[in-house]
Amino acid sequence: MAASRSRTGDLPKKIGSSAIMWLLAVFYGFPLLWFVVSSFKPGGELFSYPLTFWPKNPTLEGYSEAWTSFDFPGYLVNTMIVAIAATLLTIMVSAACGYALAKYGNWWLKVFAGCILATTMLPTETILAPLFLVVRNLGLYNSLSGVVVPAVITATGTFMFRQFFVTVPNDLLEAARIDGSSELSTFFRIMLPLSRPIILTLAIFSFQWRWNEYLWPLIILNEPSQFTLQIGIAGIVGANNVNWSILISASVLSMVPLVAIYLVFQKYVMNADINAGLKD
Amino acid sequence: MVFSASRRRHNSYTLAPLILISVNVLLFLTFFVWPAIIGLAYSFTSYTGVGDAPWVGLENYQELIGDADFYAALWRTLIYTACVVPLMFVMSLGIAYLLVSPYAKGKPVARVIFFLPWLISPIIAGVIWRWLFGENFGLVNFVITELGGDPVSWQSNGDLSLMIVVIVATWAGTAFNMLLFIAALKNVPVSYYEAADLDGANAWQKFRKITLPAIAPTSFIVMLLSTLHAMKEYTYFVAVNDGGPGTENNLIVQYIYETGFKRAQIGYASAASFVLLLILVIVAVLQLIASRRKGS
Repeated sequence: MAASRSRTGDLPKKIGSSAIMWLLAVFYGFPLLWFVVSSFKPGGELFSYPLTFWPKNPTLEGYSEAWTSFDFPGYLVNTMIVAIAATLLTIMVSAACGYALAKYGNWWLKVFAGCILATTMLPTETILAPLFLVVRNLGLYNSLSGVVVPAVITATGTFMFRQFFVTVPNDLLEAARIDGSSELSTFFRIMLPLSRPIILTLAIFSFQWRWNEYLWPLIILNEPSQFTLQIGIAGIVGANNVNWSILISASVLSMVPLVAIYLVFQKYVMNADINAGLKD
Repeated sequence: MVFSASRRRHNSYTLAPLILISVNVLLFLTFFVWPAIIGLAYSFTSYTGVGDAPWVGLENYQELIGDADFYAALWRTLIYTACVVPLMFVMSLGIAYLLVSPYAKGKPVARVIFFLPWLISPIIAGVIWRWLFGENFGLVNFVITELGGDPVSWQSNGDLSLMIVVIVATWAGTAFNMLLFIAALKNVPVSYYEAADLDGANAWQKFRKITLPAIAPTSFIVMLLSTLHAMKEYTYFVAVNDGGPGTENNLIVQYIYETGFKRAQIGYASAASFVLLLILVIVAVLQLIASRRKGS
């Protein structure tokens, strides 16, 4: 495509596009960079004017304080449990439901597909109080499962799997049937392994949603021993006198797991056709 | 043989999908239908979370109509949405356009930079920008004073505080919409652009006449999702300034949270929730109608 164009017009376009893109990249990257660099400054240097970009005396003091002065390890474990449990359940439930919607034609499946779509219109925020009462009545108040279970049904995940399974040829299903494979074992042994790219994509998305969730855990969790990272960190923000040294280091620490996962699975996220999951 | 096979097939065609969706159905009934029904019922009572739920009819809704705090929260929510949605749209489309353009250099690295804010939780995103825009210690005010200006009251001025949340939300929400736009832009047939080149169209004409119409369905999704999302925003406000200064930037979800959970007026909060739900449905329907009209 580029070869067919005239060469003379390309250079200014290249310079212009690259300049705009990198200007924007600086705008998007700088706040995070400034934050991370600040986390290595000792408490006093954080506020000593004139500000300097690089720390004069780099230190890990903030990190050790963050780790010990509030229950960081405990919050980390809770957050891990929530994110991993919710992600595994979401994948299983979404894959099963998406497969049913893609490969069977019963009328009640179409009705249910409409219901799931409606859940995107009825977001948690609009039924906060009654949802809280339901979860409390089920005995899930102040427990991590109260955070996990209501989050498992996910329209985006279900439709991502549906779109994927629609593209899997029906012949494959017929062949399995002729071989005498039962419907459920066809799903578990053939179809689920086939959908590995979708599983990975949804896993990253789901992990990110749950890792970063704030409002719902805030409502459901009451005891500090059950808190997730976001609630713990929000607690430092809400304190009368914000301890920035701890806050910044704890914030940076809490980002590390997600960034690591993202860097490992980057290609799945970047190629994810999330349109497929959202359009239908 | 034939008989048994067909009988099994018949059974499993009903049974298998039923089993496959059973957990979903159960969760849907428990965590959507049930709360929606009792929420609607509670909105006609003065329930406080414990004891009886005395029936008060439409009183909660009548009271909401006269509640200045509710209007203030609603109005602030609308202003926030009107600011953040267009900004987010322009930024994510612009960045997606640059990331698929054959001209920009260094795209693999830039892509990661643009994507990182999406990984950051709303609480932390708020903290990052609060750190930058601190009134007495922030980098932004430092730079302003170094350049000879006066420090700006980013935290104690309600409008500036709201503006920071708009920036935070745009910064953090761009990556997701950008992914949607990248997928859409890649699907626009190259031959359209080649034909336009032959006709001597310039870059802006090509963008307006070819790109925009071709990605219209994705644009609609992005607009719809980001509007619905913005109307429900809560966390950024907590992290940036705790809805402050004072209660000036308490948006509607914060209002529902405060009345329902801090003041235990579950009936009243439920009524407010249903007003929010009604507004969200109206927004979605209006946008749907607008997109249909444009399409035809």
